[in-house]
Amino acid sequence: MEQLQHLAAQQWLIPFFPLLAAAIQSLLKREQRKLSAGLAIGALSLSCFVALRAFWGTMDGGHGGEHHEVERAIWNFTWLKYGYNGSLDIGFILDPLTAGMAAMVTFVGLMIFINATGYMAEDENFTRFFCFMSLFAAAMLGLVVANNLLLFFICWELVGLCSYLLIGFWFFKPSAAAAMKKAFITTRIGDIGFFLGILTLYWQTGTLNLYDHGRGALEQADKLAQIGGWWIFSMAGLIAVLLFFGAMGKSAQFPLHVWLPDAMEGPTPVSALIHAATMVAAGVFMVGRMFPLFTAGAVEGGSTPALDFVMWIGCFTAVFSATIAVGQFDIKRVLAYSTCSQLGYMVMALGAGGLVAGQFHLLTHAFFKALLFLGAGSVIIGTHHEQDMRKMGGLRKYMPITFACYMVGMLALSGVPPFAGFFSKDEVLLVTYHRSKLAWGLATFAAFLTAFYMTRQICMVFFGKWRGGEREGEHEKEHEAKHEHEQEKEHEKQHEEDGHGHGDHEPHEIPWNMWMPIAVLSVFAVVLGFFGTPFIGGNLFHRYVAPGEYMPEGGTGTVMVLSIAVGALGILFGCLIYGRKPMEHADEPDPLAKPLGGLFTCLNRKWYIDELYEATIIRLTMACGVLFRLIDELVIDGILHTIVWLTRAISQFFRWVGDEFFINGGFDTACDSVRDSGGLLSRLQNGRVQNYFRVLSIGAAVLLVIYFLKLNQ
Amino acid sequence: MSIPLGHYLILSGILFAIGLCGALTRKNAIIVLIAIEVMFNAGILNLIAFWHYKQFAALTAQMFAIFAISIAAAESAVGLALVIAIYRHYRSVDVDEMKSLKG
Repeated sequence: MEQLQHLAAQQWLIPFFPLLAAAIQSLLKREQRKLSAGLAIGALSLSCFVALRAFWGTMDGGHGGEHHEVERAIWNFTWLKYGYNGSLDIGFILDPLTAGMAAMVTFVGLMIFINATGYMAEDENFTRFFCFMSLFAAAMLGLVVANNLLLFFICWELVGLCSYLLIGFWFFKPSAAAAMKKAFITTRIGDIGFFLGILTLYWQTGTLNLYDHGRGALEQADKLAQIGGWWIFSMAGLIAVLLFFGAMGKSAQFPLHVWLPDAMEGPTPVSALIHAATMVAAGVFMVGRMFPLFTAGAVEGGSTPALDFVMWIGCFTAVFSATIAVGQFDIKRVLAYSTCSQLGYMVMALGAGGLVAGQFHLLTHAFFKALLFLGAGSVIIGTHHEQDMRKMGGLRKYMPITFACYMVGMLALSGVPPFAGFFSKDEVLLVTYHRSKLAWGLATFAAFLTAFYMTRQICMVFFGKWRGGEREGEHEKEHEAKHEHEQEKEHEKQHEEDGHGHGDHEPHEIPWNMWMPIAVLSVFAVVLGFFGTPFIGGNLFHRYVAPGEYMPEGGTGTVMVLSIAVGALGILFGCLIYGRKPMEHADEPDPLAKPLGGLFTCLNRKWYIDELYEATIIRLTMACGVLFRLIDELVIDGILHTIVWLTRAISQFFRWVGDEFFINGGFDTACDSVRDSGGLLSRLQNGRVQNYFRVLSIGAAVLLVIYFLKLNQ
Repeated sequence: MSIPLGHYLILSGILFAIGLCGALTRKNAIIVLIAIEVMFNAGILNLIAFWHYKQFAALTAQMFAIFAISIAAAESAVGLALVIAIYRHYRSVDVDEMKSLKG
């Protein structure tokens, strides 16, 4: 325990290194590319080292098994004093949840950073990119080690800011600029709820510390559950739901999921970082961190309204996004919706009371989704910035390493044993099975869809024949036809950006610094699942994260068999529809388009959610904006202008009457009088001796008269 | 001793008034000087008259009178010298013309 305490006091080092690196990088010149990348990678490696040491420390603290308390060390200090006895604390925590998460974020982040050195090699703003990436990593790590909602919120917002900066990294593209705004504003809507939750928590408990030797907010959760909150929620549940709104924004849960696919506008390493290690993980991690609030008031293994809310939101998102992913053609968008769907899984697992299942899926998903995104990035680089899957195909021959790694990621995501995704997804399904059969059924359907769309993607990208050649011809034609200046420029720019010396437009394999991290990640995507299997030692991960926590018994076999079955079924369908007869031309319609008809268009257009928002919320906001502008111009400006006019009139009045007439006039008159009287008096001094003498005589005579008058009295 | 003190004083007053009038009204500097001499003598007359009628044992008043007469003599000598100097400068002894002290 003492050693754990010692490690907890060093937790601040984990976010500190990348933060320091970001500070230094922000001062570097544009040419210092190697230094910038080196700083970023070096700092994150140090963080990774500290995080792994802490991870090892928490495992050591387990005493090899039979304990039922979570080993948790905290390190709080007062940050700010105010009033008589008020104070704001900042604290760091070290428990299995944090340690596992920190180790994952630093490690996956490191792999992504290394890959990014290759992906961004041609970008002129390489230095700036790594500065933002470091800051992003620092913010995320700060959030992970925070034992305090204040620090948590600061980092939470920093993550939001960095995502804004990175999604809009190529801000000269209008779509990227729009996407960055969308991501920021959408998550901000959720953050309102999060912030309200924090305020309510502070109001109720008077502290923002999560754990504080019995005085922390989470340690008072049971007390909060006794207080009535609102509607069916107790006070703890109300706070939990409010906090969950923040997670809905950050982790892209329906209905705030719209920003995530658009976030694909950023460079691919950013997509990998956002969708695997940091941003979206933040929301799920937050729910995991605040889990006592969600479960407060429940009997052993029972549910609470807050948990049900979380579960159904997650369940709906999982199915909903999975259907959309089926209808997408952009390689990154498929992955984006898949992320959405997998996040739905995690949230659903948490809502079903499976803290361990949710966190375990978060960890494994981080590895194989980072792998998939980096793989997609390699494909994009390899095919010279092509993202449309219809214009790819047959890449298996050109990019064997990428193909192999991508296959691993795909199998893991599809839930094929023994890859990591299988075990974590299985556990998610298991906890859901015990809570609600309907949710479990829907989630199983989503698992089928997952396997299906991943197979579709693999078939379109890696099998069949290379369809990219047509693209060049098309582009050329387009050029001649339109001759639009802008487009031409863009095209040139693209060419400069590619510039990895390709005369022909054949796809090519990526350099070693890009495939190496992918390969490392794929190793983890294979082996990581074994830590959470129910077979070996009764689920190591469960014992590690939450010893003594309720774990449902039974049903393992049914769930596992069914999940394998639907995975296999999805892959089979995918192979039948897309693999047997690969697409011949890029402009061929999707094989599903004909049988599904309008439904496919619906899927392709993402169920028209964006259009719905456009028509309702955005139009309403715009109308409000116009209305407020009118009010501003007519009423407020009117009042202001009247006040201004009045003030000017009054001052004019004072200028004329007060200043010019009274003050100036008064002074002038006074000066004139003084001058006149001076002239008058100076006339006495006329220099005539007799005159002086005369005055003297008269004076003497007057004095004499007075003297006599006095004498006679 | 038929003449009372009052008569002397009245005479002295009349002398003083005459002198004052002369000093104030005449334009010739020499006449002004003479008028001032008259006023002097009115004062000396007063001194002697008081001494005579009050019978102060000492000779103080007489001494004062003699001093005053001698000083007046000296003064008129200085005054005449000044007048001559003025005349050399202005070619006139008209007191009205001497107004360079004007403010």
